[in-house]
Amino acid sequence: MLLIPCPNCGPRDETEFHYGGQAHVPYPENPNELTDTEWSRYLFYRENPKGIFAERWVHSTGCRQWFNMLRDTVSYDIQAIYPMGARRPDLAAAPAAEAGTASTAADSTTTGTAAPGTAATSIAASTTSASTTAPEGATK
Amino acid sequence: MSTQQLPEHPDFLWRNPEPKSSYDAVVVGGGGHGLATAYFLAKNHGMTNIAVLEKGWLAGGNMARNTTIIRSNYLWDESAAIYEHALKLWEILPEELEYDFLFSQRGVMNLAHTLGDVRESIRRVGANKLNGVDAEWLDPQQVKELCPILNISDNIRYPVMGATYQPRAGIAKHDHVAWAFARKCDEMGVDIIQNCEVTGFLKDGNRVVGVKTSRGTIHTEKVGLCAAGHSSVLAEMAGFQLPIQSHPLQALVSELHEPVHPTVVMSNHVHVYVSQAHKGELVMGAGVDSYNGYGQRGSFHVIEQQMAAAVELFPIFARAHVLRTWGGIVDTTLDASPIVGLTPVENMFVNCGWGTGGFKGTPAAGLTFAHTIATGEPHKLNKPFSLERFETGALIDEHGAAAVAH
Ligand SMILES: Cc1cc2nc3c(=O)[nH]c(=O)nc-3n(C[C@H](O)[C@H](O)[C@H](O)COP(=O)(O)OP(=O)(O)OC[C@H]3O[C@@H](n4cnc5c(N)ncnc54)[C@H](O)[C@@H]3O)c2cc1C
Ligand SMILES: [Zn+2]
Repeated sequence: MLLIPCPNCGPRDETEFHYGGQAHVPYPENPNELTDTEWSRYLFYRENPKGIFAERWVHSTGCRQWFNMLRDTVSYDIQAIYPMGARRPDLAAAPAAEAGTASTAADSTTTGTAAPGTAATSIAASTTSASTTAPEGATK
Repeated sequence: MSTQQLPEHPDFLWRNPEPKSSYDAVVVGGGGHGLATAYFLAKNHGMTNIAVLEKGWLAGGNMARNTTIIRSNYLWDESAAIYEHALKLWEILPEELEYDFLFSQRGVMNLAHTLGDVRESIRRVGANKLNGVDAEWLDPQQVKELCPILNISDNIRYPVMGATYQPRAGIAKHDHVAWAFARKCDEMGVDIIQNCEVTGFLKDGNRVVGVKTSRGTIHTEKVGLCAAGHSSVLAEMAGFQLPIQSHPLQALVSELHEPVHPTVVMSNHVHVYVSQAHKGELVMGAGVDSYNGYGQRGSFHVIEQQMAAAVELFPIFARAHVLRTWGGIVDTTLDASPIVGLTPVENMFVNCGWGTGGFKGTPAAGLTFAHTIATGEPHKLNKPFSLERFETGALIDEHGAAAVAH
């Protein structure tokens, strides 16, 4: 269970929120110019990192506002909360210490296959791939 | 209720060989799908200089975490064809593998709770029959006869308005299935290598020529990915993307009970599914967590909702205790159908996206994927499940049609 720090209402139980998937996926600027491949990228392809993920949430039973969140998909630690439309924070440069915590700390009772090494690579991969948010040709 | 005994373990299951420096083919992932793929590569295509690489222990992923339901009552022709082929294989595999993994054809009911459900269900029964899949529509009284502990009164929140019923569906002991495949693979010379994580790929231009692992580099001409929840992590290492999102999915079991639940009951609408294991535990599954995750655990509120639904449908469960809960990581696609076939990398093939329902597909996934790896071409049953369908638009939309809501 996540304890999600809504920027307007404070920390609330996960059940008050709805998940909106990957953040920073703009609608193509010139849809008519997209090839089938580009369309399929926009419609069906999203990042799926084992590590830090930029995603959207809405506080549906509270203030009903959308916001962005950086969350570790292995430990479920919430690393940053930031407004819609803002740039993805650079975690290495400005660690979001006060941004909130998840109630599920790393106390997994299961098999613990989450190798820190793999997670770290994905973090690197996903921070460098800021361009993945728009399909190629989207801004033609 | 089946009174079959658990099978004795054979004295010998498989060797634990050191990885060789090269193989004709490497299968990544030692779950049911990877093992079944290796089995059919050896049996149908004579490829025995092959290895299955598993980063943890054999079948420690979704294979041993699922709720073991096997059925083929899917809506669309493409799905009915591959899942029904799997069901036919399940019916002969215990003999072929010389290992009784307790495949119990006790039937599966998919409950309908709204008029929309009823229409959709009756449509699916019709579609199933046209595809040669056994299916019946049951009214609430017939539902009660098959599963007497079900509450069919009409004063509950979502009353039972009927159910589809597939008599040939059922459950099997999942870990024994993996061991059965592993033993036969081993007998035919396949190397099953545990504690061997694939960490990268060697390529010559766009052609894969080897894998990097935690136990050294292995050269190979063909690579088959069967890594379920981790497929997109591997694809990224190989330089391509998959339209896959990984989500935690949980299950739980009660303590042991006398036989009370003679069939399998699934409900899409209130989202719970229940069967009684051979030993006597009530086995229950629910929906996925909405968000992406690799943590192999899930949210508590999902369990709360699932239990609320279960107790309303089966009032006698109110006194049952939960013994343990666990999670697996399932790889979902947007049309809720698997991806089996070629990838943008030459000689690399992928079998993934089976999401919450791939255990039942294990034999057909293995058979068709082995064909694809051996010949470099899709099998006629997995052809529609290509990666290209996301570009051509020929999606196989089993959401809802698959009778589960995720
Ligand atoms: C709780 C739950 C309930 C389910 N219930 C049902 C059900 O009732 N009926 C049904 O049909 N399906 C069900 N499923 C789905 C089903 O379990 C999966 O679709 C199916 O098991 C996936 O194929 P697999 O068996 O090969 O996957 P897995 O068993 O997950 O195999 C993948 C393997 O790849 C390994 N791996 C990953 N990365 C690497 C790497 N880098 N190197 C080496 N190895 C790697 C993993 O360790 C793992 O063992 C359920 C799943 C869950 C989690
Ligand atoms: Zn709020």
